[in-house]
Amino acid sequence: MSTKKKNLAAVHPHDELLRTDRMPHIWCTGCGIGTVFSCVLSAIEKSGIPYDDVAMVSGIGCTGRMAGYLKLDSFHTTHGRAIPFATGLKLARPQGCVLVASGDGDLLAIGGNHFIHAARRNVDLTVICVNNFNYGMTGGQLAPSTPFGARTTTSPQGCSEEPFNFCALAAACGAVYVARWTSLHIRRLTTSIGEAMNKRGFSFVEVLTPCPTSFGRHNKMRQPLELLKFYHERSVIRNYIDPKDAVLDFKKNLVVGKFVDIERPTFLDNYQLLNRGELGDWPDLEPKLPRPEKPASG
Amino acid sequence: MAGKAVLTGTYFINGDEACCEGALAVGCRFFAGYPITPATEVAERMSWRLPEVGGIYIQMEDEMASMAAILGASWGGVKAMTSTSGPGFSLMMENIGLGLCTETPCVVCNVQRAGPSTGLPTLVAQGDMMQARWGAHGHYEIIAIVPSSPQEMFDFTIRAFNLSEQYRLPVLIMADEVVGHMNERVVIPPADQIQVVSRKKPSVPPDRYRPYQPGPDGVAPMANFGDGYHMHVTGLTHDERGYPVMDAATQEQMLNRLVTKIRDHAHQIISYDAIAMDDAEVAVVAYGISVRSSRRAVAEARGRGIRAGLIKLNTVWPFPEEMIRDLAGRVRALVMPEINLGQMVRELERAAAGRCRVKLVPHAGGGIIRPGTIVQALESALKEA
Repeated sequence: MSTKKKNLAAVHPHDELLRTDRMPHIWCTGCGIGTVFSCVLSAIEKSGIPYDDVAMVSGIGCTGRMAGYLKLDSFHTTHGRAIPFATGLKLARPQGCVLVASGDGDLLAIGGNHFIHAARRNVDLTVICVNNFNYGMTGGQLAPSTPFGARTTTSPQGCSEEPFNFCALAAACGAVYVARWTSLHIRRLTTSIGEAMNKRGFSFVEVLTPCPTSFGRHNKMRQPLELLKFYHERSVIRNYIDPKDAVLDFKKNLVVGKFVDIERPTFLDNYQLLNRGELGDWPDLEPKLPRPEKPASG
Repeated sequence: MAGKAVLTGTYFINGDEACCEGALAVGCRFFAGYPITPATEVAERMSWRLPEVGGIYIQMEDEMASMAAILGASWGGVKAMTSTSGPGFSLMMENIGLGLCTETPCVVCNVQRAGPSTGLPTLVAQGDMMQARWGAHGHYEIIAIVPSSPQEMFDFTIRAFNLSEQYRLPVLIMADEVVGHMNERVVIPPADQIQVVSRKKPSVPPDRYRPYQPGPDGVAPMANFGDGYHMHVTGLTHDERGYPVMDAATQEQMLNRLVTKIRDHAHQIISYDAIAMDDAEVAVVAYGISVRSSRRAVAEARGRGIRAGLIKLNTVWPFPEEMIRDLAGRVRALVMPEINLGQMVRELERAAAGRCRVKLVPHAGGGIIRPGTIVQALESALKEA
């Protein structure tokens, strides 16, 4: 039996980066997180960054468990606080490449304030947000991503709130790289994660994933394959459009693509600049009063 | 202009500033914080001193983020701290818990003001003493240090960092508004006279490293991000490999480790000074700013013929139970002044276990306890004893 296990493990291409002694993982059948994780591993392998220099930080929730399966320095923090933890980790060891992987509820509800400020500061982090449109681990409650009208266990009549457009939010706050894919866009997603890792500054990659167990069961989407097919058919790629126009509408289409790829000084760039005393011109509004003459003596 | 980390010399500075210099002197190179009275001066000084010595200062969006950031920085291999006061201390509790569970060295300075809630932002209190002990959810042991002067803000901050590195946990400096804002002489010694303790690093190769396997002293060696150990760190209950395991046996093993590493070293951690105690028949047990009033009170009481002494607590958690138990058998009464309506006095009563009279000198906050009030308490405690 143990031989059989060994053989099975030996064929998996990502074994080097996996904590195989922690398998099987906790994710449900039909969940998209495993696919995203696989894309992250491929991106790390292709990035050429030494493995010792890569760390993953996650928060709480289904996606938050990703860090626990990665055989690199990995940190599973408190709910919503992955980004500020990662900020400290990155600033303490700037040569490291710090990935943040967490869910929509973790990053954009309880962690929303940290998200917008890290983007504003342009801390050099790669943030991967797995958006399954609900709180999956706790059984499917409404999240800041839940589409208007979708049913969850805390919106049994349908969600009465409008969701965030995470990509528009990230771009508005100053993210230098913003992309959105579904977990079916394997190659594009892997490329985007790789680009984000090599991008200096706050990079954001949103991935729409199926959650048949928690989201699907309340929304007539409990068949994993049907749900994947739905994402595939509804997604339209619109690279470099204004992320405000990259709308997710379950009744029409799901706009994906790479929306933002710009250059902006990072937090550390500016920190070092200012601490060298290289502050640019600043308006001087104070009246120029003649300096009183010093008395000749005494 | 590269600045010096250890500003050897004699200064007239306040406690907040002295705390900052103590941190820099012992090697702190990362500070994340959020402005709050009366702790703001720590952050303000850090914001220009840290860049001078090649460190990082970052003002976060709130105290939850500040606490999370210093944990991250600590795992990045850098000694890190934050400072705050009551409302911010409440917000930090979440990640103080994460620091305890993941055994992350760092220092939190709470310059206490009166509460609850927004309370008296500019005025003194000592109302967070039990929050320091039990504020994060779950069971744990904590170390809390109580400075009573700007000089001790410098000295005890150094000790706080050393204890945090030695025992791998967040160490709390429970200062107060008067100690933080009071200007006094602070002597900063030469760099070679400052004791610096740094976390033990693993000595085994990565494939044999178990991140939470304690060494002979009960503390596990700590790898940092980038050392090549590829460890997993989680706030979930975890085994010695650092892997989450959801069962009662692992919970018991982990919790025992967190508690034992402190309890077994309580004698090395606990610090107090016995002043005029040789012939004392009644003792004041005081901490923080209340120590200052107590010194005067003891002198005045002696002037009136009362054989009074002072136990000045330098640490409050772990509580010096054995010392108090012995003391309670030797004196007729113990008097504790504190700027709350009775927190540490509960510990005092518990440790004294009825062997002597225990009397609280309470103050609701907003001012210090006057020496005369303590003298009266000494007199009445002896009458009641």
